[in-house]
Amino acid sequence: MKAVTTSVQQQTRKLKRERNFWRTAIRNKYLYMMSLPFIIWVFVFSYYPLWGWTMAFQKYKPAKSFGEQDWVGFDQFKTLFQDDTFYLVMRNTLAMSFMGIIAGFAVPIIFAVLLNEVRSMAFKRFAQTISYLPHFVSWVVVAGIVTKMLSADHGTVNEILMWLGLIDQPIQFLAHGHYFWGIITISDVWKEMGWNTIIYLAAIAGISQEMYEAARVDGANRIKQIWHITLPGIRSTIVILLIMSIGHLIQIGFEKQFLLGNNLVRDYSQVLDLYALEYGLQLSRYSFGTAVNIFNSVVSIILLFTANGLFKKITKESIM
Amino acid sequence: MKTKGLLGGAPLSDRLLSVIVYVFVIFVMIATLYPFLNVFALSFNDSVDSVRGGITIFPRDFTWENYKVIFSFSGLITGFKISVLRTVAGTVVGLISASMLAFTLSRPDFQGRKFVSVFLALTMYVSGGLIPVYFLIRDLHMMNTFWVYILPGLVSAFNVFVIRSFMDGIPFALQESAKLDGANDFTIYWRIILPMSKPALATIALFLAVGQWNSWFDTYLYNGSSEALTTLQFELMKVLQSTTSGNNVDIHNSNMTQMMSTVSPESVKMAITIVVTVPILLVYPFLQRYFVKGMTLGAVKG
Repeated sequence: MKAVTTSVQQQTRKLKRERNFWRTAIRNKYLYMMSLPFIIWVFVFSYYPLWGWTMAFQKYKPAKSFGEQDWVGFDQFKTLFQDDTFYLVMRNTLAMSFMGIIAGFAVPIIFAVLLNEVRSMAFKRFAQTISYLPHFVSWVVVAGIVTKMLSADHGTVNEILMWLGLIDQPIQFLAHGHYFWGIITISDVWKEMGWNTIIYLAAIAGISQEMYEAARVDGANRIKQIWHITLPGIRSTIVILLIMSIGHLIQIGFEKQFLLGNNLVRDYSQVLDLYALEYGLQLSRYSFGTAVNIFNSVVSIILLFTANGLFKKITKESIM
Repeated sequence: MKTKGLLGGAPLSDRLLSVIVYVFVIFVMIATLYPFLNVFALSFNDSVDSVRGGITIFPRDFTWENYKVIFSFSGLITGFKISVLRTVAGTVVGLISASMLAFTLSRPDFQGRKFVSVFLALTMYVSGGLIPVYFLIRDLHMMNTFWVYILPGLVSAFNVFVIRSFMDGIPFALQESAKLDGANDFTIYWRIILPMSKPALATIALFLAVGQWNSWFDTYLYNGSSEALTTLQFELMKVLQSTTSGNNVDIHNSNMTQMMSTVSPESVKMAITIVVTVPILLVYPFLQRYFVKGMTLGAVKG
């Protein structure tokens, strides 16, 4: 008897909950109307392409329908891991990624700390405004400017080096592979340095002024204040950003390499995305190109979870 | 206590720090500005004279010729029109979609908000990749259409989250009292929340506009063969690549070679670079206050 009543009660409660659900849903009909189109859109443009990953396990022929494709299992991946170019491409990707992380962290942090020491607010603002400029121009423009600056034909960098007496002959910077990683790293720092200081300056602004006052009373000079207050104050921000950058270790983009690279420096400029672009679309090896895309995504997800795990351990919080 | 001994030295080390600070900051400012000023000067300098070198930040032999030549080139005019059009359309449509979605996600009584947040956040990390997306665009018959500039990038998870975290800060009581007055959710969004979210919207509008204005890869990939849909960035990219040795792309353009006969390719590059850069220069300093706030917000919550 008792068991029956509880189950009846449970059922009425369930019914009530369902009714409440639908009542809320009807009351919020506008919210559904305002979000549903975009959710469908996200599905089509971000999730549906994942279906295309099946191509990597086929010998894809555009003329055939899905049912008629030849399935080849992991053959495309085998080819990929046996391709010497792939290892060259991975070397380039990782090299530019690590150089980018080191320079891309160090320089903006130094710049932010030094900017914070500027006492004139007007000058500080002016310097910041100028430093943001390159972030807003495209890589096409930056590539054009970099090419111009590095040109052997009255390029500014060569002129300065000659004037300093460091070289006798202009150097063809963009024609020698061993300069390429450095050029990419420096161009990236030049473009994003100012922009990346925003977050550090915000973190510095959050440090209590009382700490600086206490340090001054104790007789600490400004260098000591930077070392013992400012830098520790932004340490957690630096750690968070560093960990987040792990997730993008092999997703370094391809624009700068595409625009600044040329056939003479191919062995140093080819990165994973360009490799997929060239094999997949220009040479029409769609299945192989998709396999490269999958490799890229899967490794990124593994790195992201690693980063998140690390982050949890350090801060007891999760970024995801 | 060892700091006591530094009492006499402190001002000196502080003064030294000041010198280092100003030297470094001024160096950064020069390193940032000089290349732009140099390109600007070269774009106004006679192209024969430029070959001699030695131009720094002022034109030596002033001329409008380089600009006259590039603006007589039809590809550049079309590119300019399409770039302006995609920037305006992409910004407006992108702002409306991101803010609408952000509004629904900021509502505590919206049942799907948790699911939609995760559904959206995942797109920041997982993507089908270049080739599947390329096939999708082709299958949707968006190749060689203007839509390819607007639709694929319509909803960006990052933008939605930045706007959402701003909207979270607007008191919910405002919406409740509007409801009592009989307003529906769309009216609340349009009349109350949107006007109050201006700082976040300004930031995202800038990001969207800059992203649209600076894109070239979608033109290269999807509309490369359609002259009517070319963009400024793509035209600049073609000029830059066509004169580099051993370039990635092989582009032959009869229009371009004609143009090269009157002024040098170098001067043409410089003039187009300036045309592409100036609109951004005119906009971003005025929005600085907003995007600094927006970036900080997005980085903390995202």
